[in-house]
Amino acid sequence: MGAAWALFAAVFLACVVEAVEATTIVLAAGTARDWRSATSGLTAALAALAVIVAVLGPAVSAIPLHALRLVVGALLLIFGLQWLRKAILRASGHKALHDEDSIYREQVESAAAQPASGTGLVPDWFAFTLAFKGVLLEGLEVVFIVLTFGANQHDVGLAAIAGICAAVVVAAAGLAVRKPLARVPENTMKFIVGIMLTAFGTFWGAEGAGASWPGSDAALLVLIPAIALFAVALVAVLRRLPGGLAAARQAGRGAGAGSPAGVDAAAGGRG
Amino acid sequence: MARWLRSALAVSYDFVVGDDWVVAAGVVAGLAATWALSRASVAAWWLLPVLLAVLIPVSLRRAVRRH
Repeated sequence: MGAAWALFAAVFLACVVEAVEATTIVLAAGTARDWRSATSGLTAALAALAVIVAVLGPAVSAIPLHALRLVVGALLLIFGLQWLRKAILRASGHKALHDEDSIYREQVESAAAQPASGTGLVPDWFAFTLAFKGVLLEGLEVVFIVLTFGANQHDVGLAAIAGICAAVVVAAAGLAVRKPLARVPENTMKFIVGIMLTAFGTFWGAEGAGASWPGSDAALLVLIPAIALFAVALVAVLRRLPGGLAAARQAGRGAGAGSPAGVDAAAGGRG
Repeated sequence: MARWLRSALAVSYDFVVGDDWVVAAGVVAGLAATWALSRASVAAWWLLPVLLAVLIPVSLRRAVRRH
């Protein structure tokens, strides 16, 4: 039961992060260019994803479980460590926070600069292509997460429900506000997803390589909090290093000029 | 064709290996060592967690130094 919740939470959070990025791109294409073309791009990408799922789904479940766990475990562990590494650097002030607002502004500015051309259902091919590419690429990541997590835990249904819930929640929120989802704590979620991917990657990678975990699936319930605690401890250590948040605050206080530019935003920002 | 192949390889390298090749190399080495221990009938589940405890700080140190 605990492992099922961990699976649902990992897939849901990872898919929310991807869905926020796709929504930002579609909103930028619709707002800056043409809503009808952006919606057509979104629909075409969802249709392409449905075809990919129909082809890939049975193929993934036909791969022997040990080989699947080894390959997927290795990939998840590498991806998870990349996410976690960036999240720790962001949380400690050594890297700028991921800012959906500024990404949206950049997308809108770049989209508005392009000339328009098109007909019928797609009055603007640029908006169509922007929405199509964004949804297809982020959607492929969602498909990869759902299929691999689901196949490894023998519960593709639960993983699919988690992925669909994430996409529906984010799309509904995006439609409601018609603005980038700036209030979604994306950096915090990326931190949690990095921990989850690292934990699942470690678990499946070791099993795929022939190791047996004490307590079987229950080992995940120890691995996840252990990696989380380790990551939080590393954030605390890095904050004290030169260039970190705590060091920057101290330097600011010492100079009597308050907080340095950007540090307060990072400290109180989304993540 | 050669240019397309080069850019496809670059994208794949970026996607799989990412910012720090040490992480990817460490994971592959850790999995190989886990496999070797398991083949020798030695308990190997502890190896990847121990590897993470070393690999994450090393990679963070490299990133902080680079910035």
